[in-house]
Formats: sequence, structure tokens, C-alpha cells
Amino acid sequence: MADITLEGVGHSYDGGRTHALNPMTWTWSDGRAYALLGPSGCGKTTLLNIISGLITPSQGRVLLGGRDVTGLPPVARNIAQVFQFPVLYEEMSVYDNLAFPLRNRKYPKAEVDERVRKVARLLGLEEHLRRRSRRLDPGRQQIVSLGRGLVRSEVAAVLLDEPLTVIGPALKWTLRSKLKEIHRDTGHTLIYVTHDQTEALTFADEVVVLKDGAIVQSGEPAELFLSPAHEFVGHFIGSPGMNVLDAAVERGIVRVGSALVGRAVGDDGALPDGPVRLGVRPEFVRISPFPRSPGLRAGVTGVDRMGSYHLVHARAAGGDLVAKTDPGEHGTAEHLHFERAYLFRDQIRCGTLAALEGSGA
Amino acid sequence: MTTSDVPAKVAGSQVAGEVVAPAVPPSASNEEEAPRDVKPKNNRAWWLVLPVVVSVAFTAVIPLMTVVNFSVQDVFTPTDRIFVGLDWFRSVTRDPEVRAAFLRTLMFSAQVLIIEIPLGVLLAVCMPRRGAWVSVALVVVALPLLIPWNVVGTIWQIFARGDIGLGGWVVNNVLGINFNYTLDSTDAWITVLAMDVWHWTPLVALLAYAGLRSIPEPYFQAAQIDGASAWATFRHVQLPRLRGVLTIAILLRFMDSFMIYTEPFVVTGGGPGNATSFLSILLSKIAVGQFDLGPAGAFSLLYFLIVQIACYVFFTVLTRSGR
Repeated sequence: MADITLEGVGHSYDGGRTHALNPMTWTWSDGRAYALLGPSGCGKTTLLNIISGLITPSQGRVLLGGRDVTGLPPVARNIAQVFQFPVLYEEMSVYDNLAFPLRNRKYPKAEVDERVRKVARLLGLEEHLRRRSRRLDPGRQQIVSLGRGLVRSEVAAVLLDEPLTVIGPALKWTLRSKLKEIHRDTGHTLIYVTHDQTEALTFADEVVVLKDGAIVQSGEPAELFLSPAHEFVGHFIGSPGMNVLDAAVERGIVRVGSALVGRAVGDDGALPDGPVRLGVRPEFVRISPFPRSPGLRAGVTGVDRMGSYHLVHARAAGGDLVAKTDPGEHGTAEHLHFERAYLFRDQIRCGTLAALEGSGA
Repeated sequence: MTTSDVPAKVAGSQVAGEVVAPAVPPSASNEEEAPRDVKPKNNRAWWLVLPVVVSVAFTAVIPLMTVVNFSVQDVFTPTDRIFVGLDWFRSVTRDPEVRAAFLRTLMFSAQVLIIEIPLGVLLAVCMPRRGAWVSVALVVVALPLLIPWNVVGTIWQIFARGDIGLGGWVVNNVLGINFNYTLDSTDAWITVLAMDVWHWTPLVALLAYAGLRSIPEPYFQAAQIDGASAWATFRHVQLPRLRGVLTIAILLRFMDSFMIYTEPFVVTGGGPGNATSFLSILLSKIAVGQFDLGPAGAFSLLYFLIVQIACYVFFTVLTRSGR
């Protein structure tokens, strides 16, 4: 067990013209559960395959506990990988599936048996050891594929590439909690690739958001939600995603159209004047029928009744936005007030919105 | 067909009004009051099958029946014939020449399968999986399949000759082995077998290649991570997933090799002696050469039956064992 460090690792499938993964330096700390979150085609699987050794990166070094493993094949790395759909040796029994990686490594028979039984106990597969693996349901099959990774003694990390894609919704919850349980019991580093934010947020200690081959933000689930560092993170995490309005900074004051919405606080020093993008989560938009300063007038264009909450769609000066409110009636014209909002320039966060002094908001 | 005369199920305890009336009114008046809980049957769809039935009847069933006709009669002229029952079948099954040809053909098919199936799979495994060489490999491998049977025979008849054929010449003069397929039975056998391997291994290879290509990449990646050797990958990842295509390959190759006619006919004519007289060659000798239509008819039916049974057994065994 050890940290996995990527040093300037990047990968290009076409000899350098485009990068599937931009060069990055990053450390996966030992024993943590990571979720690697991003849209399809953002380089998640490439990154995973580089760690497991299925792909040799076109640049950079991969270190496993300080040891350079860049050129080593997957066998020599002790990294387990679970794929999108269950990958089994279908004509073998569950037992033989679990024993396969050990037999390939010429473990003594008694040890193979001991380890297989231990993993079977951990995963709740004991009653199924004699069954042919292809006769199991997809959920169990996926557990067997996971078991093949865990059966080796010195596994450095378990990589999971959207492992719940083919699993039915009911079983998803069971499997996810099973994974968390395994993580707690074994202490392996887990890297879990997904494009499903719920999966990522419920599962991980730390979520890493990947976009266009680059890490845009990482942090605890709450941190990503409350404090997105990139417009994309705001959009991608949260349901519905963050609203973005066109705004401008004028002498430290943020305006949307002609309305004052708050004071600009730069992340590093004062913000220079100019256009910014104002990001506010639907959860932090307050709606009231009375004008309020600082605030923004908006016309309500529709209301989605979601049961326990309403989604109010509104059109304001800087663009359309959505507010998540308690169920209730809404007029056609409302006043919006932002509790917590961020300022972005070139998609990167540059500041936050603060209350105007003396306004009492 | 039984569907037409299945009576509507009468549920005596049910009240007629509770049951949804059938969409098509029942034709028989006594059924009108009977409540049904089966779907109404419309048998007009059987008309759609008729063209197939007619064409199969004209092309297969009726010709086969003439064979049956010949097989149970001794025909002298169209008007002068005697019913002989199963006599021809008895005499054919007891004929030592037929028995020898049967064993010879069986041996040939067995050797064909033993050589062509593993060789075809090996070829498929060695063919490139991606890149520009894929099409080159496919074309080169498929080439023998595009050559007509009798041309294959002619090619090998010349190729294997010791005087002007490249293959025969090399064996005789470079390897120093005395090889003459027109005189030596073993040489003739080897020539015919080599020809069949050359002609038909590509079929197995193409089928196996298609099977291999359909295996998703993660299976290979998982095997890599599990530390599987090349052999273990083949044995546990590739081979199990070739079951379907290999079943087809084995069936096709068995049938074709068991009924082989043209190529040995062109190359050796069944000789030297009887060395390459396969069932089909013997059959055509009896039917067309000697014009013994009675025995030939019985022979044909038995031949047909053997191929059917063998295919059924192969198919059942191969599909069952996979479950």
C-alpha cells in the first residue's frame, strides 16, 4: 500500500496532436476513496488505465510509493481494476475465477484456497463459490470481478471504471454500500470513475472532477457543492446545476443589468472592473414578492412541482435561472436575492459575492 | 397443423357476459355462446408458408422421393419393375466396398477436423487485430475460398506432380522424399488431405477471427491485470468465446468433408486403387457409372441419414456442453 503519484503524466492517442489527458501532477493518497467524476470522453478511463498500466502514458512518470512503475506492465503493479460490465472467465466457477490471478502468479495451493475463502467471506460469495460464474446475476458477477482484484495480497489500489453501469437501480445501492464497507474493512485506496454525481458524492472521501483531460477541482463532496472553483463544477455537480448570469464589476460592486446584487470580493485581492459571470446555485436563490436590495427583478416563466420542493424558472437581466424553493405559490414577477454566489472569469472562479455594507442583507 | 383444430376452451363456471368477446366471430355456431379464454386463432397466415412448401417440394422433397422410389424397387424399364422392399439397403450395408469407403470417408473427415480446426484458430489468433494489415490478411486468407472446387483440384493435380508441379518437385528433389500420388496410396491420401486443408482452413480461420474480434477489450485487459499468460488468455478468454463459431465451423467442415467429391475426383479419380474412393465417388460410380439405380438410391438415403445424424449429434453435444 502506498501513494500513487502522477508526475507530469499526459497521454495522446494520436502522437501529440490532441491530448486525451493533459499533462498533470497529482497524488492519490493511500487509503482514501476517490471518485473521478466527469462527462463522457473527458479522459477518466485513460487516466485509470494509465494508473493500472494498461496504457503507458506518452509523457510523465507514474510512481507507486516512490517507485517508478511507468514502464511496468499491469501484472507488476498490483493494482486491481473493475470494468463497466462484469468481466469474468465465464466457463469457470466463482472459486476458480477468484483463484485465477493467484494461480497465474504460482501461489501455493493452500494459500490460494485460504485467500479465496477470505475474499469470498468479505464479499458474501461463500455460498456461490461452486457455481458457474456466468449463472450469477449481474450484480454478483460484478462482485466476483471485484473479488478477483482484491484476492491478491499486496493490492495498492482498486480502480473501478463505472462499475455499476449495468446494474439495476435497486442493486446499485446495495453494491455501493458494499463497496464502502470493503473500503472500510480493507483500507485499500479506491478510485471510482463515474459520470453520475450522486454516485460520486455518496461514495467518496474526495471527488476529483475531470474535464477535457484536465483536473478542474478536487475536494470533499460538500466543498465541491458549496464552493465550485470552476464553472463546469458548478454545472456538473448539483441537480439542477448552478445558474450562471452575465454580470459586471464596477468599483467593487457587482451589477446584473442595472441591479446591484452585492459586493465583489476577489479571491486574491481586489477584482478589476469588467464583465464577470455570476454563478449561483438554485438552492441559494431566495425569492420574494417584495423588492429588496441588493436584489434582482425577474419574471417567472414556469414552475416545476417536484413534490417536496419547487423549481421556479425565471428570466432576469443577465439570463435565465432556476430557483429551488419550498412549495408555495409564486407570482409572475418576483425579486431574487442571492445568498451565496461566486464570480467567474474565463470559467475559473475569481471571487465571491458579499453583502453590501449597511444593507442588512 | 394442430392449431387449427384446437377447440375453444369452454369455461363452464364463467358467465358469458363477463368474458370479453373474441375479436373474430367463431365460425361454428355451437361455439358462439361458449366463453373463451384463449385468443382467437386465425390460420390464414399458413398461406404465407405455402410458396416455401411448394418450392421445397419441387426442389428437394420430390427428387428425394424418386430416390426413395428407386431404393425399394428393381427397375428394368419404366414399365417393368419389381418391388424389392429393403433388399437394396441390405445389400448396400453388407457390401465390403461400401463399408471400406465409409470408414475411409470417416477417417478423412476426422483428419480434416483434427487439422483444420486448430490450424484455423491458430491462424485467426495470429492475424492482426487492427491496422492496415487487417484487410491484407483477410484477403490473403480468404483467397482459397474464392476458387471453384474443380479448379482447386486442377491446381493441386499439377502442383503435386513430381515432374512439373512445384510442390511435388520440392518434395522429391529438395527434401529427397520419393513422392508420387498417382502410384502411392499414402501419397494420394496426403495430397487430397493437404488440398482440403489448403482450401478450407481459411473458412475456419475467418469464422474464428470474427469470433475473436467480437470479444470486448476489457476481457483482455482483465486477463493482463490478472497476470494471465498468453496461453491462459487463449484458454480462458478467447477459446470459451469461440464456442459458437467453432460449432458452426465443425459442422460445416464435417458435412463438406464427409461429402467431398469434386477435388479427389479431379486429382486422383478415387485411386490409386481405392485409396481415395470416398463415399461420394463410390456412389457416383454405382449410380452413373454402373447405372445401378436401386443400390444407388438406398446408398444415397443412408448417406443422407448419416450426415443428418452426425450433424445432430455434433450440434447437440457442442451446445449442451456449453451450458
